[in-house]
Amino acid sequence: MVTTDKKTGWNRAEMAQKVALDIPNGSYVNLGIGIPEIVADFVPKGREVIYQTENGLLGMGKVPNQKDEDKELVNAGKKCVTAIPGASYFHHADSFTMIRGGHIDICVLGAMQVSQDGDLANWSTGAKDAIPAVGGAMDLVAGVKRIFVITQHVTKQGTPKILKKCTFPITGKQVIERIYTDLAIIDVTKEGLFVKELGPNVTFDYVKERTESVLKQY
Amino acid sequence: MINKQVNSLSEAVANIFDGATVMVGGFGEAGSPVELIHSLIDHGVKNLTVVSNNTGSGHVGLAALIENKQVKKMICSFPRTANSMVFPELYRAGNIELELVPQGTLAERIRAGGAGIPAFYTPTSVNTSLAEGKESRNFNNQEFVLEYGIKADFSLVKCDKADRYGNLTYHATARNFGPIMCTAATTTIVQAKNIVNPGDINPEEVVTPGIFVNKVIEVNNPVHESSLVEQEKRYPW
Repeated sequence: MVTTDKKTGWNRAEMAQKVALDIPNGSYVNLGIGIPEIVADFVPKGREVIYQTENGLLGMGKVPNQKDEDKELVNAGKKCVTAIPGASYFHHADSFTMIRGGHIDICVLGAMQVSQDGDLANWSTGAKDAIPAVGGAMDLVAGVKRIFVITQHVTKQGTPKILKKCTFPITGKQVIERIYTDLAIIDVTKEGLFVKELGPNVTFDYVKERTESVLKQY
Repeated sequence: MINKQVNSLSEAVANIFDGATVMVGGFGEAGSPVELIHSLIDHGVKNLTVVSNNTGSGHVGLAALIENKQVKKMICSFPRTANSMVFPELYRAGNIELELVPQGTLAERIRAGGAGIPAFYTPTSVNTSLAEGKESRNFNNQEFVLEYGIKADFSLVKCDKADRYGNLTYHATARNFGPIMCTAATTTIVQAKNIVNPGDINPEEVVTPGIFVNKVIEVNNPVHESSLVEQEKRYPW
């Protein structure tokens, strides 16, 4: 067991920083809504990464000051953003030509559940009274070359999110390459889930106890 | 002389009929033709099938059209957003139909509709519940799902600049579904922030060529949907 006086695992910013370190120079990247959005704040010096947002902007920049907000310059989460010098605007069919056509290198998405085969569930709980809303998630997992997932390791209730099989309706089958959680970085391989890195003061057994899928060590 | 400019919002939507399929541009409030939608509320036709990415927020714009019981069915990718309560309530009560379409599939279905392509295969949604019941086919050892193009009777689109020929430019990410929706409707109705003289838009910078547009109405100071929502406004006012 991990002692409580020491920090266990990574916070959100540190998780985002871990993802940012794995994005090569020159990549075209689509960031999902939520924790993925903050990945852009941690691009290491010397690397240039271009962000695409599926509502029609390549070259998304930082969030503006409130006085500079343009209600019609937004990201996929409908938050105001800016366009970098060298950015371009385009319509939705072109945007999804970039996505589905395999032109985007990396997509970082949030997750409700992931499976040991790399399935992702992030669009619906499947509950009867839920309003299903899929947005661009299924297009992204179908077309982007590499899919990274960034998520808390367990739900707010403390139950595992990394499961043998997703119980929520899936967004895509066998689509995830790597999972970044507050506790560990996990590679999805044909031979199963391998822990690539453990968070501060986190042991392999600690992660294992909080994971339903079989976890392996390199 | 060709002149697609009309002089009032009511004239712009006058031909929209009961049971029509209407595409409505916008990604959230960016590009949402709120003034045209409000005019459609005043016009009052019912049983509309609306194709739009979202379902509006608060009690104005698209949400107000839905709340006014004019919409029978929504075809969209993301029917809930911050401050959207009208659609979820009607949907839970079983009083409105929903066809949920992945965003890229929605865009491509509209593009195909406008381009004379009846159907296409896409990798999006394969192995998910959204592909259930749909034809699929294997190409080069990968599975694809058949999706159909969508055409509409009318499209309502917001742009930045227009001329009397219907050539259009857009502002930032308000472009979103506008250009493809203009191509996919029998009658495309556009609200422009400014109507300029032919030639004032550089042909190199025209985004939607005028052939895809039927009516243009100038709305100089379009409302901000989010401001109306913050002020808890309702339409009709």
